[in-house]
This record gives sequence, C-alpha cells and structure tokens, in this order.
Amino acid sequence: MTRRFGGRRLRAFVRNRTALVGLVLTLVVACLAVLAPYLSPHNPLEQNVYNMLAPPGGTHLLGTDDLGRDVLARILTGARVSLTVGVCSVLIGAVLGSVAGLVAGYFGGRVELLLMRVVDLLMSFPALVMGLMFMAILGPGMDKLILAIGLVLAPQVARIVHGSVVAIRQTEYVTAARAAGAAPGRIIVRHVLPNVLGEILVMSTLWTATAIRVEANLSFIGLGVSPPTPTWGNMIREGVRWLVVTPWLSVFPGLAILVTVLGFNMMGDGLRDALDPKLH
Amino acid sequence: MGSYVLRRILVAIPALLAAYTLVFLFVRVAPGDPAVAALGDYASAEAVRALRERMGLNDPLIVQYGRGLLGYLGGDLGRSLITGIPIGTQVASVLPHTLQLTFAGLLVGILLGIPTGVLTAVKRNRLPDYLGRTFALAGLSVPAFYLGILLILAFSVRLRWFPVMGSGEFSDPWANLRHLVLPALTLGIIMTAFVTRMTRSALLNVLREEYVRSARAKGLRERTVIYLHALRNALIPVVAVVGSQAAVLIGDSVMTEIVFTRPGLGRLMVQAMNQRDYIALQSMIVLYAGLVVVINLVTDLLYGVVDPRIRYD
Repeated sequence: MTRRFGGRRLRAFVRNRTALVGLVLTLVVACLAVLAPYLSPHNPLEQNVYNMLAPPGGTHLLGTDDLGRDVLARILTGARVSLTVGVCSVLIGAVLGSVAGLVAGYFGGRVELLLMRVVDLLMSFPALVMGLMFMAILGPGMDKLILAIGLVLAPQVARIVHGSVVAIRQTEYVTAARAAGAAPGRIIVRHVLPNVLGEILVMSTLWTATAIRVEANLSFIGLGVSPPTPTWGNMIREGVRWLVVTPWLSVFPGLAILVTVLGFNMMGDGLRDALDPKLH
Repeated sequence: MGSYVLRRILVAIPALLAAYTLVFLFVRVAPGDPAVAALGDYASAEAVRALRERMGLNDPLIVQYGRGLLGYLGGDLGRSLITGIPIGTQVASVLPHTLQLTFAGLLVGILLGIPTGVLTAVKRNRLPDYLGRTFALAGLSVPAFYLGILLILAFSVRLRWFPVMGSGEFSDPWANLRHLVLPALTLGIIMTAFVTRMTRSALLNVLREEYVRSARAKGLRERTVIYLHALRNALIPVVAVVGSQAAVLIGDSVMTEIVFTRPGLGRLMVQAMNQRDYIALQSMIVLYAGLVVVINLVTDLLYGVVDPRIRYD
C-alpha cells in the first residue's frame, strides 16, 4: 500500500517537474526577450568590417557574423521576434478556431457539417505548405507572418474545441440553461466557453511551440520577417554559408530555437498530463 | 476490401477537388500580377501582356479553373512560368528522391521508435524511461533543418563520412546510399520521437488489460507477453498517429531537402515560391494535399493489417 502511494507521489512529482522545467525555460527566454535592449552590450544591427566572423569569446561572447554583427545581441533580438510571432499568432488562431469550434459544436447540424468539412480540408495541407501558401498571398512582413501562422493553427484549434463542445452540449446544465430560455450566444459564452477555456489554455502552450517552429522554418526558407531584423531562422540561413569555417553562426541560434520550443512543449505536456491523468 | 478501397477513393475525390479549388482561389487573390511577379518589376508592358496571354490569365476565371482541372485529370500540371519546362516532367524527375527519403525516414523511425517505446513502457519511471522520454521531447522540438545542420557538422564536416549535399545518381547505388544516410537520419530521428511516444502510451494502456494478466498468469515469458500479446494490440493507435502525423512529417521532409540541397518536391515548391512562379506553386501545393489524402487512405488500410478484427465491408 505504502509502495503504491510512494509510486503515485513520484509520478506526480515527475509530471510536475516536466512542467516546471518547461516553465522555467520559457520564463528565462521571455525575460531575455523583454530585457534584450538592456542586456546586450552591442547593437544587433551594427556592422563592423574590421571584426567579421570573430570566434566566440572576448567582447563578443558568441562571436560575430560575416558583417561583424554581434551574434549574442542578434539572438536576443531574435527572441523578441520569435516570442511575439508565437504568442500573437496563437492568439489569432485560438480566437478564430475557438469561434468556429464553438459554433460548430454547439449548433450542430448543417453548420457543424460545413465548418468541420472546411477544417478537414485545411488540415489536409501540411502546416508548412499552408504557411508558405498564406505567405505567398499576404506578402512579407511580421504582421503578415503572424496572420499566416494564426490561420495555420486555427483549424487545429477548431477541431479540439469542437470535440470538447460536443461533449458539453449534452450536459444537464446546458439543457437547463436552454430550458430557462437563455439565448444561444449567452449559453456559449457563459456556460460552454468557461468549460473549454482550460483546455484551450493548456493546448496554447503546445500551439506556441508549433508556431515558433513554423516561424523558424519559414524564415530559414527566406519568408517572413525580412533582414536586417534578426530572427533565429534567418540567422541560421545566413550562417549556413559559413558552416565549415564558423559553425557557431548556425549552432547558437538553433540552440535558442530548440530550448524555446522544448520549454513550451514540456510545459504543455506536463499541464496536459496533469489535466488528464488517464493519458499516463 | 476491394469495394472499401473504391469507396475511400471516391470519398477522396471531393476532398482533392476542394483542395484544388481553394488553392486556385488563393493564388488568384494574391496581390499583384503573377506575370509581373514572374518577369520582375522592370519588365516591359508588351512582355507582361504576352506572358499573361500565354498563361491564359486573360481568360475568365471559370475557364482558367476548368482548364487547370482538366489538365490535372490528364496528368498535366502546367508549365513553369520561368523556364517553360512542364511541371509534370520536373515532378517526375525528383519524385523518386522524395519517396526514397520519406520511406527511409519512416523505416528508421519504426525500427528505432518501436523498440525504444517498448523499453520506456516496460521500464516505466526508471532511468531508461526518463532518457527515452527526454529524447522524444527533444526530437519533437528540434526543427528538421537544425537537426540536419548538426548532423552535417558532425558527420560531414568533422568526420568526413558522408557528403554534404545532393542525392547521388540512382545508377550509382553506393553514392546514392551515402547521400541518403544523413537526410534519412534527420527525418528518422524526428519520426522516432513520434513513434516512441505513441508506442509507450499505447503499450501502457494495453498492459493494464485482463488478457495480459492471463498471459502472465499462465506462465508465458515476459518477452512473449510484451511482444506477442501486448505490442500487437498497441500497434493500432501507433499506426493511426503516425498516419495522422504525415502532414507534419511532410513539412519536415521539405526542410530536410532544403538543408541537404537534395532534389525533391519540397525544393521544387520552395523554388517556385522564391521565383514567384504561381502556376508551379499552385500545382505543388495541390500535389502535397493529394499526398496527405493518399497517406490517410493507406493508413486506414493498414489498420486491417495490424488488426485482423477490422474488416472492410
């Protein structure tokens, strides 16, 4: 008996630890992004032809790139771009997807059929391919990039919210609200939404991880935020040309992507397991 | 079985048609003139007019829509705006490389992922489990292009075991294989992460079942119980998830091709994007949507192979 109890405690601890490590990683990256202008000793855009491709160490802690720009300063600025794009696009995707999922799930019938068919259709495009398509239509720029990634995420959000709403619409309190004569809009906002909000919030951490990855992929291809504004993806894109001579130009920004995405994934995983212990 | 396949294919047709319609409309609402985009801002008005005529952009939308559709049905993907080469020819020449990479990645993922998943489930909450789960999380978080760069740095730049770029000719199997190793490993490691996680959670669910207890109770060896009784049933959700992750993996294969400058569908698509070749881009996107539809179909059929209880009628 005691052994089982100990095992369960251990498991709970492990679960929390994953979420905790994720939270710490995410917070560290967020702090670095917010404080970037005060932390970096150099201007991320300042070129210096006399100090190109300097190795890590000295005044340039992570070295300089082929234009003599400080890699550390650029990575810190890149964190602002990645987090901004990640958080804003998830907001857009979550709002669009939730509205579609709530409406489809609550009303059912033709509306549900139509909306979910559109969701299925959009999900038959790989996320990267869809991001590419939206960028082709919208053109370059950070605002367009945020919208494009938000649109990529929206169908995924809609599918999950729809699933939860279908379960909730049959519950007694929804029936009771309907019997009491509440308008559909009121029932959705007051009774259904609060019950799916927790899941949306937990999944948002995982969607942020996806958004940051898609952003990195697109800027590595050369779409998205245009140079000279540094993003982790376009830093690697520029650094790859010097891979043999100065590998740190690609390795450090990539490490930043990995740590950030890992942080969000760990936090999301831990939270999801905590919400639904059956999964483990 | 035959009629089931036929029915599934019939269901896939409207999905593909809808995908084509969507992409067609999207490409048409893109700001700017595709002819200007293809020729550059400094092209003369006559050149733009001539290209518009040649592209059929002056025809009514419905005519363009129908022509594109008829073309696809006849296997004609249109011509590149830039080079004039039929897109179908380009696709046919790179498709084997993409398929080779995808299958190799899948194979690596299954061969490494299922044993790792079994190990983590059996040694649950012990060291191998932690290591396996950490590895899986890292594999799900690393962008394919970055993993590719790290492998290039380690095995091409430092150890000089494998070539950095290209794919090698199929006529030279040894060179072809040497070119395949690192890209396949890139995709394979990410696949392994997916498969490990799915195998672990599916097996943990199955191990709670009564028949597993019965198998143990009648004195079967643990290995027999795990591999013959439990794993067999755990594989169904694994197949389902691997299939549903196809779209993600296709995105990763695009990035892998770009990092290793391997010829393939992904590079063709990105090239079309960079050259603002909207006709080629439209065809490539439709092709990728078709690929996802086909993979979903194959996944559904695979259920029957892993689980004989599932019948198609």
